Amino acid sequence: MTALPTLPAAPDAPAAQDAPARRSHGGRVEPVHYLFLVPTLVVFTAFVVVPALIGIFYSLTDYVGFGEWSFLGVRNYAALFSDPRILESYGFTLGFALVTVVVAQVVALALAVALTRRIRFATTLRTVFVIPMVVAGIVVAYVFNFLFSNSLPALATAVGFGPLEESILGNPDLAWLSIVIVSAWQTIPGALLVYTAGLTSVPNELYEASALDGASPWRQFRSITLPLVAGFVLINTILGVKGYLGVYDVIVGLTGGGPGTATSSVAMTIFGGFTGGDYAYQMANATVFLLVTALISVAQIVATRGRAVRL
Amino acid sequence: MTTVETPLRRRRGLHRTNRLLTVLLALATLTVLAPLYVTVSMAFKTSEQSADGNAFSLPAPLNPASFAEAWQLTRFPVAFGVSVGVAALAVLLTLLLSSLAAYAIARNWAHRFFRWSMIYLLVALFLPFPVVALPQIQLTALTGLDNPVGVGILHAMFQLSFSVLLYTAYLRSIPIELEESARIDGASTPQIFWRIVLPLLGPMNATVGIFAFLASWNDFMMPSLITSDPALQTLPVVQNIFQSQFGTDYNVAFASYLMAMAPTIVVYLLAQRWVISGVTQGAVKH
Repeated sequence: MTALPTLPAAPDAPAAQDAPARRSHGGRVEPVHYLFLVPTLVVFTAFVVVPALIGIFYSLTDYVGFGEWSFLGVRNYAALFSDPRILESYGFTLGFALVTVVVAQVVALALAVALTRRIRFATTLRTVFVIPMVVAGIVVAYVFNFLFSNSLPALATAVGFGPLEESILGNPDLAWLSIVIVSAWQTIPGALLVYTAGLTSVPNELYEASALDGASPWRQFRSITLPLVAGFVLINTILGVKGYLGVYDVIVGLTGGGPGTATSSVAMTIFGGFTGGDYAYQMANATVFLLVTALISVAQIVATRGRAVRL
Repeated sequence: MTTVETPLRRRRGLHRTNRLLTVLLALATLTVLAPLYVTVSMAFKTSEQSADGNAFSLPAPLNPASFAEAWQLTRFPVAFGVSVGVAALAVLLTLLLSSLAAYAIARNWAHRFFRWSMIYLLVALFLPFPVVALPQIQLTALTGLDNPVGVGILHAMFQLSFSVLLYTAYLRSIPIELEESARIDGASTPQIFWRIVLPLLGPMNATVGIFAFLASWNDFMMPSLITSDPALQTLPVVQNIFQSQFGTDYNVAFASYLMAMAPTIVVYLLAQRWVISGVTQGAVKH
């Protein structure tokens, strides 16, 4: 599972509540509390932060993964911006993330709204919709690979629909669609559960009162449902986009980045640096990728700040 | 509810079940069920039938032999064992490290060191694995961790931010008085953590554990890049043999996919109420 679907209250929430009373140095810290925290900080630093710093360091050199190296300054970075292969991978990855997050969120919200209405077998239906969450993306991609390359063309030929008679996986203009479909298929359940949780917290009286006032279902959705689940939309979108930007497993299982380099994500290009001899260059790419991911996350938080309504 | 409201509601259909919507949703489940059906039916076909291109036909005759072949080709018991080991290590490390860290942070929020530690750990929430992959491949090789143990540790590391976040939010809802009364009775802080706090964290342990398990069990990227010995690969990674050598034996490939997918699906269906409430817990914890 690449995209984790949930996130609790804002990380700075504890500060907001405790802040006025005891901001800086309230009380004595029991030494054993350091013992609880410091080992985690140490392994986290060793396994995540140090590799990140090493990578950023080498991005300023001509290191090839082994042997000697010398400083290049920002030449790797300058080269990135005129490398069509790199620009293409960013174009593909950003476009893919944008399309997939919209598709997945719209479908998940629609399903959640439908599942929280008065329908029969609601629990059973929800159980089925959540299944994709528990299976490995790579295996799902292999299954869909077969469907896209064998069953879909067979079906299209049978009904005489020309454009789909050839596998879409081999079509440079359509292959990306297969990745959107499988990624959305896999990540909709997580978003669906978050929305369902959000929707069940909306009291029914609100809908009943607005129905009495003559509000149409669409008006109810726009004026009641949407503002109340806005916070959940934010959570889903941030974590969804982060997951989609790092897309890898699904592409490996569907297209391997092809045809040509039509569906090569940034992650795939970076991993190529380990075998391709351009280690330092791909570390510069990875550093830019980190900045892009962080910027997009921050932009999302800023853009949606204060839009959510709480009852 | 007043008597005036009731007929109004009924007229607007607010109290009736929506049949059309039920039917539409049932149809929509086909998007989930059809690929699963294809996986099962393909797995039971003969090689000849599996090559005819009709994925949706029923297997005729029923051929269960593909499972034995897939079992051997993927060395299923080994791959399954490695997957179990990696996921168990990832889940245990995640639960232990993040609950201890979150407890220390939540109880010492007034101290700058603990607040900043939280922010430090949260950095990884926005750090995609590909960014640090190349140095990590080198470092794990250098330290002898280019194996399932290293993969388990890395899975736990990328789960930390999210889990600490969940735990700290939850810890704030646990009254500190319980701990204080235990302290008056002479319990030490580690004792309080093990005997009082950890049991109280029960629901959140389940949530954190489910997320850590699913992320680790289903991952392809990290084991395929970090583990250098192909004989020690996890269940999702070994499925790649069907992409090359055995390209046409779709029945064997699908038998293997089914064996890779079935464990989590079966566990989920048996414990779905529990899994869904666990996952949802992570969403509504304000």
